[in-house]
Amino acid sequence: MLNRGAYKHYYVMLLPGLIWLFFFNLLPMYGVLMAFKDFNPGLGIMKSDWIGLENFKYMFQLDDSRQVFQNTIFIAALKMAGNLITPLIFALMLNEVKNRLFTRSVQTIVYLPHFLSWVIVAGIMLDILSYTGPVNQVLAMFGSEPILFFANERIFPWMVVLSDVWKEFGFAAIIFFAALTSINPEMYEAAAIDGASQFKRLLHITLPSVIPVAILLGTLSLGNVLNAGFDQIFNLYNPSVYSTGDIIDTWVYRAGLLDMQYGLATAVGLLKSVVGLVLIAISYTLAYRFANYRIF
Amino acid sequence: MIEERSAISKLYNGLNVFLILCITLACILPVWYTLVVSLSDRSVVAAGEVFFYPKGLTLSSYQMIVEDNQFFRSFWISVQRVFFATIITFFVVLLMAYPLSKTSKDFKPRNFFMWLLIFCMLFSGGMVPWFMTMKSLGLINSIWGLVLGGGLPVFNVILVMNFFRNLPKELEESAIMDGAGPWRILLGIILPLSMPVMATILVFTIVGHWNEFFQALLIMTKNENYPLQSYIRQVSANVDLTKIDAESAKRLTTMSNQTLNAAKIFVSMLPLLVVYPFFQKYFVKGITLGSVKG
Repeated sequence: MLNRGAYKHYYVMLLPGLIWLFFFNLLPMYGVLMAFKDFNPGLGIMKSDWIGLENFKYMFQLDDSRQVFQNTIFIAALKMAGNLITPLIFALMLNEVKNRLFTRSVQTIVYLPHFLSWVIVAGIMLDILSYTGPVNQVLAMFGSEPILFFANERIFPWMVVLSDVWKEFGFAAIIFFAALTSINPEMYEAAAIDGASQFKRLLHITLPSVIPVAILLGTLSLGNVLNAGFDQIFNLYNPSVYSTGDIIDTWVYRAGLLDMQYGLATAVGLLKSVVGLVLIAISYTLAYRFANYRIF
Repeated sequence: MIEERSAISKLYNGLNVFLILCITLACILPVWYTLVVSLSDRSVVAAGEVFFYPKGLTLSSYQMIVEDNQFFRSFWISVQRVFFATIITFFVVLLMAYPLSKTSKDFKPRNFFMWLLIFCMLFSGGMVPWFMTMKSLGLINSIWGLVLGGGLPVFNVILVMNFFRNLPKELEESAIMDGAGPWRILLGIILPLSMPVMATILVFTIVGHWNEFFQALLIMTKNENYPLQSYIRQVSANVDLTKIDAESAKRLTTMSNQTLNAAKIFVSMLPLLVVYPFFQKYFVKGITLGSVKG
């Protein structure tokens, strides 16, 4: 119903949000110009010298940045796989249990870590996995040397992935639980009458109905390939694991805000944002094409 | 449901439940361990003898927190931050989602605004330009930098907008017949029906702002302005030995940083643990709402 008189009211309704958007989403984008400038805080963004792509060229000459991109993709890809497969398997396992009280209690507990901040989770993790912590105590009982989980550069990326899966798998399983409860129970009954075993029913009824959801989620997560999780690594890492644990975002933080290489850090951040945007656009297009998924 | 009685299926189900229990324990034990350490005697913890229950039960860690003014100041800053962010988000998102829920036939510029929002959700200038912006807006050391600095919560707007679009059209049409304007329709008809989705975005906002720590590390130049999570991050590594008096020094000898840190970590997650059971269903709803197409 076309209602011209409503237009001005609609604009008034949009206004507060648009003001918020202007100052805190759009204005920082103007600062992206720093990536193309020899930024001098004394001169400001406009008056600093324009140097074109110098910052980007310099970035590709640094050994650091190549390493950092590699680390980011490695950790992010493992996380994407872990956070897709683990929740799927867990949801399937829990779906086999028919006691509602049991499944509800389990769900309540496994969702919990998602609600804790990385400051807290990192504090807990560093504690239980410390040199003298309980995990190493248990390992010692089996005659193993204590392991420096978060100070060993070979183990560190795996610990990052593992702790992320620990925090998020329960919550990520919600979407699979939703898909599983929408399966028509009559299908199971019919299959049982035809003599299909519990395992056969899992294989031929349950699995086919969650696989499309898993594929969709996997596609949508493609945009995260450069997101290895700043909050997490910032709280877990230390200089002894920079070689494998330093990611784009943590590097940008140190280069830009601690070492004051504003132009360079902005350039790296910009590159990451642009690549991320392109990847997200691709993944959402794919999801729309093949699964008719739209967010708006 | 179908019951199976064969031995194999019993074994299968038993093993399955056992594994689920192990996984569930793995989720809760680290949190439990933190509580146990915070209640234990320092020397016993340092000796690595504490596992599943507190040894040398003591509340001295919590006593130290009670005497820690900065802890309370940071706690209070976090509470204020969550409070303001929740109120602002509620109204801004509610108002914004309504015009955007119109079709582009009813509100022509709708798609333009929609793409602007999507672009802002997916693309950001990055950390350094963000910090420069906060500086030039004069939000260094200001709590408003924390409340507003994260930008418009576009995802929440989309969530609410999708909810509005799924409400029956007839409600609105009959209200227009009765002569109700957009404000009456939104506040009088749509809002009362939208409480579940509004609760969901409020829960997202509360948890998000309570847990956020990094923006404050950037824009707060004084530790006394830190919200709780930033404060925990700042102190969890070091106790300032120059600032403690004789009394607390004596207490320190019976307690390691570890027990105090555990206590701080536990207290800072306590508010979430308390409200979590009430929040859970809205979180679940939000996840499933966000996943269905609009």
